[in-house]
Amino acid sequence: MAVTALSAAESKRLSPRLRKLEDERWLAMALLAPTAILLGLFIAYPFFEGVLLSLSSTRVGQPGEFVGLKNFHKIWDDSIFRTTVWNTFWYTGVTTVFKLALGLWLAILLNRHFRGKAIIRAFILLPFIIPTVLSTFAWKWMFDPTFSVINWTLFQLGLITTRINWLGDPDLAMTSIIVINIWRGVPFFAITLLAGLQTISPELHEAAAIDGARPWARFWHVTWPLLMPVTLVVVLFSVIQTFADFQLVYVMTGGGPANATHLFATYAYQLGIGTGLLSEGAAISLAMFPFLFVIVVVQLLYIRRVETR
Amino acid sequence: MAEVSLHKLNKKFDTTHVVKDVDLKIRDKEFMVFVGPSGCGKTTTLRMIAGLEAITTGEIRIDDRVVNEVPPMDRDIAMVFQNYALYPHMSVASNLAFGLKMRKFEKAEIEKRINNAASILGIESLLQRKPRQLSGGQRQRVALGRAIVRDPKVFLFDEPLSNLDAKLRVQMRVELKKLHERLAVTSVYVTHDQVEAMTLGDRVVVMKDGVVQQVGEPLELYNTPANRFVAGFIGSPAMNFADVTLVENGGKPVAEAPGLRIGLPGELATRARAKTGRKATLGIRPEDIHIATAADAPEYCFDAAVEVVEQLGSEILLDMRAGAALMVASVEPTLRVRAHDNLKLALKPERLHLFDAETEAAI
Repeated sequence: MAVTALSAAESKRLSPRLRKLEDERWLAMALLAPTAILLGLFIAYPFFEGVLLSLSSTRVGQPGEFVGLKNFHKIWDDSIFRTTVWNTFWYTGVTTVFKLALGLWLAILLNRHFRGKAIIRAFILLPFIIPTVLSTFAWKWMFDPTFSVINWTLFQLGLITTRINWLGDPDLAMTSIIVINIWRGVPFFAITLLAGLQTISPELHEAAAIDGARPWARFWHVTWPLLMPVTLVVVLFSVIQTFADFQLVYVMTGGGPANATHLFATYAYQLGIGTGLLSEGAAISLAMFPFLFVIVVVQLLYIRRVETR
Repeated sequence: MAEVSLHKLNKKFDTTHVVKDVDLKIRDKEFMVFVGPSGCGKTTTLRMIAGLEAITTGEIRIDDRVVNEVPPMDRDIAMVFQNYALYPHMSVASNLAFGLKMRKFEKAEIEKRINNAASILGIESLLQRKPRQLSGGQRQRVALGRAIVRDPKVFLFDEPLSNLDAKLRVQMRVELKKLHERLAVTSVYVTHDQVEAMTLGDRVVVMKDGVVQQVGEPLELYNTPANRFVAGFIGSPAMNFADVTLVENGGKPVAEAPGLRIGLPGELATRARAKTGRKATLGIRPEDIHIATAADAPEYCFDAAVEVVEQLGSEILLDMRAGAALMVASVEPTLRVRAHDNLKLALKPERLHLFDAETEAAI
């Protein structure tokens, strides 16, 4: 009885405030507030601070002052930055193409019926599950000029006579990190595309088979167009992640040799934290923004078109 | 000109044997319906004819060609699927054109055939739409159109009407019948609905547990079912069954059950005499029972207590108890009957069926 009485009294006391929530505008605000606060605190505020930082001359231990676009002018003339831009596009472009092609191939294989299907599907995800830093260290060992298991194998097979310095040569280093990124990214593509494939009714394939479509035509006219919305979303996610990749390059090459493998994130880190030029590092990070923005907008528009057709 | 013949056809999935020794000849231009409860193997048989399912043992011929190893596209068949299987990303016109494009038909010919099929089915105004913009009935028509444009040797239908609502189903059933008369293409049609089977089929195959129970024209199945399963499956409301013992009564064979004694006429009596003393199942359709009059011979009459009266408008269904047996009778709609009434009923002796209690085969 006491409890009932208390809660009744409480509800009476709260009712003016609660009544306010019956107005949809207040209710909407109340419901949105937690998300808005979190996003504001952890995304908008740092972003805003980053913009301010990039417009100042701040260094480690030196507050600095407002300098306008000076940092952006400076990185524009920086040849390492230009290499970085090219590297990032090359790295993202090549890996995405390979991840999509291999992932799709794997997804189609996994979509068949065979013994141990569930176990294989789970194993496929392993590269994706292992923390990137750990798996990258394993790869670093494999690409080590002295201890490389790859060199050893090639040597034993009689394919090479001298050691290949995988991470010491600029082109080979880039190729190496691209290979690792593909290895790590394929499972995500494969599993997501597999989920997409499973939404396509087998009856459609049967109908196409009776209609006279051979396997390749069935893929091209039925599977591919129906998988397109999923594919675009996966590619979008992958592009964003790859474009802003950090761990893999940082662990493997640190951006070397001779800055040949720097991406936006690693170069921004090296300049901002490594050499203490915080403002220039911020400028490089922000330079990623317009590129990513354009890529994302184009893809989102395309996804919308595909989904509404 | 296309005949389809199945010879000792078998299908096993791992250890389950779903189609057993099916032997069947489907004649040119015939509309053959496979009917049976779910899991009876009818769809699997159809899919083997289509080439979508491998044949375990046996042989399928289309005309004189063995097609066991021929891929679906080279069998010259067209199939209408239960869920329509329209390509969702293509317009109706593209859906119809797909099979022809894959077969490298001329553009003008494709257009001609699409227009022809569209006018037959009355879907001219839908050609530019996407499947998701169509109603169930319209999708069904497009699925039919996709089969028609191909002008195949054989049409295969896999429960094509089961996703439609009851009213539309009746309407499409009539249209399918007209369509078959117009196109005169050998057709194989799978359904679990015995009404569809009776109304559409030139002949009907009744299947159960992978085994063909009977093949025949609809009325043949209705009038002379080969066994108890066919008798119970064909016809609505279903045939009444009563467990009886065949005995001699005053030199005449009769079927006897507690509280029920029915005489057996003519040839049935001759066949029953050979099984005197054995258990059997007596079968009589609800429409073959009527209120007894003075004209009815007493040995075909019985007393029953009405338990439920179902008014259907065009007829009355009486759920009754006659001795230990539960029976349904379909009587004149003008009759005034109430539950718990006791009635004297008579049955048409020439419409009596007897089935062996063990083998369930007709006696």
